Amino acid sequence: MALLLQYTLIFASVLILVALGGCFAEHSGVINLGLEGIMIMGALGGALAMRYISPNVPAIVMILGVLAISALVGMVYSCLLAVACINFKADQTLVGTALNLLGTAGATVIVKAINTAANPDDVSSIVQYAGAKKAFTVSLGSFEFSWFMLVTALLLAAAYVLLYKTRFGLRLMACGEHPQAADSVGINVYRMRWAGVLISGFLGGIGGIVFITAGVSEWRFEYGVAGFGFLSLAVMIFGQWKPQRIALAALLFGLFRALSNVYMGFSFLMAMNIPSPVYNMMPYIISLIVLAFTSKRSRAPKAEGIPYDKGQR
Amino acid sequence: MGSPYAIEMLNITKRFPGIIANDNITLQLKRGEIHALLGENGAGKSTLMSVLFGLYQPEEGVIKKDGQVVSIKDPNDANALGIGMVHQHFKLVECFTVLDNIIMGVEPTKHGFLQKAEAREKVLALSEKYGLHVDPDALIEDITVGMQQRTEILKMLYRENEILIFDEPTAVLTPQEIDELMQIMRNLAAEGKSILFISHKLAEIMAVADRCSVLRKGKYIGTVETANTTAEELSAMMVGRSVSFHVDKKPSEPGEVVLEVEGMTMASKLHKNNAVKNVSLKVRRGEIVCLAGIDGNGQTEFVYGLTGLEPLVSGSVKLCGKDITRAPIRQRSVMGMSHIPEDRHKHGLVLDYSLEDNMVLQRYFEPEFTDKAGFLRRRNIRSYAEKLIDQYDVRSGQGPVTIARSMSGGNQQKAIVAREIDNDPELLVAVQPTRGLDVGAIEYIHRQLVAQRDEGKAVLLVSLELDEVMDVPDRILVMYEGEIVGELDPKKTTQEELGLYMAGAKRDEVKA
Amino acid sequence: MKKNIFKSDGFQSLLASLLCIVLGLFLGYLVLLVINPAGAGEAILTVIKNFMTYNRPASQLKYFGNTLVKTAPLLMCALAILFAYKVGLFNIGAAGQYCAGVALSLYAALGLGWSWLPCMLLAICGGAILGGISGLLKSYCNVNEVISGIMLNWIVLYLTNMLLTTVKEDASPYTKVLAHINESAVLPSLGLGALFNNNQYVGLAVPLAVLMAILVWVVLEKTKFGYELKATGYNKNAAKYCGMAEKRNVILSLMISGALAGMGAAMLYLTGYEQWQCSTSSVPAMGFNGIAAAFLGGLNPIGTVLASFFIQHITAGGAYVDKSMYCAQISDLISALIIYLCGFVLFMKHTMNSYAAKREEKAALKARAAEAQAGAEAEKGGDQ
Repeated sequence: MALLLQYTLIFASVLILVALGGCFAEHSGVINLGLEGIMIMGALGGALAMRYISPNVPAIVMILGVLAISALVGMVYSCLLAVACINFKADQTLVGTALNLLGTAGATVIVKAINTAANPDDVSSIVQYAGAKKAFTVSLGSFEFSWFMLVTALLLAAAYVLLYKTRFGLRLMACGEHPQAADSVGINVYRMRWAGVLISGFLGGIGGIVFITAGVSEWRFEYGVAGFGFLSLAVMIFGQWKPQRIALAALLFGLFRALSNVYMGFSFLMAMNIPSPVYNMMPYIISLIVLAFTSKRSRAPKAEGIPYDKGQR
Repeated sequence: MGSPYAIEMLNITKRFPGIIANDNITLQLKRGEIHALLGENGAGKSTLMSVLFGLYQPEEGVIKKDGQVVSIKDPNDANALGIGMVHQHFKLVECFTVLDNIIMGVEPTKHGFLQKAEAREKVLALSEKYGLHVDPDALIEDITVGMQQRTEILKMLYRENEILIFDEPTAVLTPQEIDELMQIMRNLAAEGKSILFISHKLAEIMAVADRCSVLRKGKYIGTVETANTTAEELSAMMVGRSVSFHVDKKPSEPGEVVLEVEGMTMASKLHKNNAVKNVSLKVRRGEIVCLAGIDGNGQTEFVYGLTGLEPLVSGSVKLCGKDITRAPIRQRSVMGMSHIPEDRHKHGLVLDYSLEDNMVLQRYFEPEFTDKAGFLRRRNIRSYAEKLIDQYDVRSGQGPVTIARSMSGGNQQKAIVAREIDNDPELLVAVQPTRGLDVGAIEYIHRQLVAQRDEGKAVLLVSLELDEVMDVPDRILVMYEGEIVGELDPKKTTQEELGLYMAGAKRDEVKA
Repeated sequence: MKKNIFKSDGFQSLLASLLCIVLGLFLGYLVLLVINPAGAGEAILTVIKNFMTYNRPASQLKYFGNTLVKTAPLLMCALAILFAYKVGLFNIGAAGQYCAGVALSLYAALGLGWSWLPCMLLAICGGAILGGISGLLKSYCNVNEVISGIMLNWIVLYLTNMLLTTVKEDASPYTKVLAHINESAVLPSLGLGALFNNNQYVGLAVPLAVLMAILVWVVLEKTKFGYELKATGYNKNAAKYCGMAEKRNVILSLMISGALAGMGAAMLYLTGYEQWQCSTSSVPAMGFNGIAAAFLGGLNPIGTVLASFFIQHITAGGAYVDKSMYCAQISDLISALIIYLCGFVLFMKHTMNSYAAKREEKAALKARAAEAQAGAEAEKGGDQ
């Protein structure tokens, strides 16, 4: 039971972080379908940091270092989306998709290059970080607490405050709802959208490292992040673009994802004799069903997905 | 403070590829006056205001504030100079509160956090001072258009703007609301604000403005004191000739009922209440019935229900005696319902299709245009389109192969009118068919509507323009908050009476 | 006045696509340089050369055949993407529909012992049903087809693994060899194999795929159905307004799109060229590469034929790079870069248009100036 809770919380953390990332991008008016790719890149940055930072440094340094690098890589990578979609008015779906493919391919190429350089016989795309991973967890009885859970909670609170209590949040949401109105009162729509996308890169990058360290201590980058970027978008829609609701939605989805890791620990589930791929499918099936029932009355930011052109009024 | 002028725009020229939008225009606004800027659609008023607002940079000319040359590169500069504007299409974020919209861009903050309490006090004080009553905590999407406009005015006052621009502010208001707005404008001018009032409505200009500058086709025609001129003179300046706004038509001879709507109720997309409540009406052969009302009182939803774009909550629709309440759109069209839609870009045209492909939008599936195997008969489509283009004088760059997007708004509208009328309808539903068109095109479309009536068709006109409502139809039904509140005879009523119905101040029990 | 070639849409698309290719390859080269400067030039050439890496013409021909074998399914996936995109839908679910095609065609061939035609039809149905689900969700529940497509991709992947595990080799995770189990399910060669140095895999699939491209073009450009679909794609409100069954068209176009992708899978797996690995943990890249091919082909069915060949060409070329320095995924990286660059096509066209307009304006000015000058002084020559 503790294990289920642990996995639920950690997967929910991933979903919260990435869904908040999507939420900031969409509130600024940009649909970020490239979150999957951003997660991969963030994960890559974090994993490499874990590999190269000496395991002897204090845990806090390790945690902050890894988080900072993941976030930074995510932000840098999200610039590709921002440039194309904000400045060049490219099709946001196309560019997002390209970012996802580029993320997987790029991460694989980079990891393989590093591995092959270190050992010519090693052509795998695996990064191991078993040693460094210990810094992130604290065992509380059978429950393994991860500092990432705390980080997520803090970022969730910060996201709420940023969106609803600050000048930045008000302006950001104005750009996603009615960019012409924002422009007419002197708000730089392009800059706000850049900010939205960069924040989504920041959160997506962190989400990536949390995801690959959630259950395992090595990651094969050819796999990407298994559609978690898109699950997060489903969470975001289910959460109606509101941080507090996103958190609840993420807990639900996290639970189903966690089941596939730990269903063997429950005798009644084992007794049902459901094949393991069914558990793997569960989060995707649930999200489809949830989307089918919630998308109809969803209130997405009105101007999302529409490139803003200063010339057109 | 040497100069008597708050703002001067001297010899402004602004070119766009292919046209000169502003050709050597001079506009001088005195401190504390209400100055009207008059001109038809496309005369260059909006461009001139965009230049003043820093949205466009002029090729030639200078702008002076209090006699000093200033440079305005973006709306921030304009705002810093105390210039504010109420745009024709409000620049308000619908899901924000009134207060949030007012402070947006100049938010009071402490360490980046919003300090709304002080902002609210200031807004309340301002609305008290100028009689602009609106609840600062209401969401924009929940309040009336008039209140939204007050929010826009408060936005300017909150920024302590001295120069206030009103771009076609009365288009969306009832006559009573217009009177209130006029009073507000006078109050503002009395407090020393300088007001620029953009309009093409002569009566309003004569009523409220001190002076009036006239533009025509991008050129400056002149500035006159309203006290020393007449509406007719202004009109002649505006159009270059004197025009009669009146539509010539014979008395109508209504025949049998073509359209019969019984108890229609439609849901609203914006709020939980129904947008249309239990509306019944009839339209007969040989008459034009006008559904009048202020924008947003359920006319759009009524038309959606009538034409099949949205399902009814309850009620029934009959066309020529046959129940079409649940009939698909295509069936209604085949049965003789033509629909000139409210929004020609959203519904009326496929902008990326050629003109000829748009001309057959309602008929492409007929054997004339599609063979049995499902292939299009391109040659027939071409000749049909050419016929319509010729007959209805639709002008475009390359004839039938012109991409619809590249055509002017007037010609796009003519193409739609041609297509819908040529479909030989029993009932023609025309929703704001003259929106955004110039005088010539408006006259043309009004003549077409009357011609349809005289051919024995039933015409349902939905309009927001008072002139159109008074001139074109044989019968007026006024819609207010989703209900029909009055039936009027255009020959016997006045604009004032119409306004009272439109504003909900007067209502009859109508059983049409 | 003469028609300016810069203003023709076809020419602009071609130029933009070529620009994307060149830039994509160049960026790929830069990545190789960073990884290992020593062999970068050679590696990028290897990617571009693909089967030309071999010296003997016979081998070249054989491996050219292999590239064609994999071009056919890629083209089908690209057509799937293109068809849906014309209706304004981004069918990222093509990858899953392709996957369903793999599962059903292989299962019918290996498990049920059907011959190739019914196997292919089953694959087509599978793809169509899957596409239909996305279409239903889109039109009746307003679910973004990209998100539903991705979810379905993963669901189908797991289902495919489950289904094909029943027909896999005992000792390996791969499905049984088609030619050994059920000869009748192998696509007919039509004698085409002989042209490619007896490449047994080349056959019906290649001409069939090209035929489908032509068919897609005809449907979109010449028929009432295509007229409706494109109208829906350009402006779905207008399509609804004029009584087109907009929801039906969305569903139908996604079904056709899915059918194309499913058919593509059968075109590859029924040649026996590849076996399915039942522990596959990511959705086949074919559907995603189809996005690259469709956009690189300027969203024109015929352009897509060429673009598909090119994408497959460099993907296959990636396998030949020196593994002690680089990895085969460099090709995926280049395809992904090309997709990204395709996002800028609109901007490129815009630039070309304004360039053409500027040139025209200049030419007009010059002509006017020349006229004036000619009038003023008759004998003066040009400046240069």
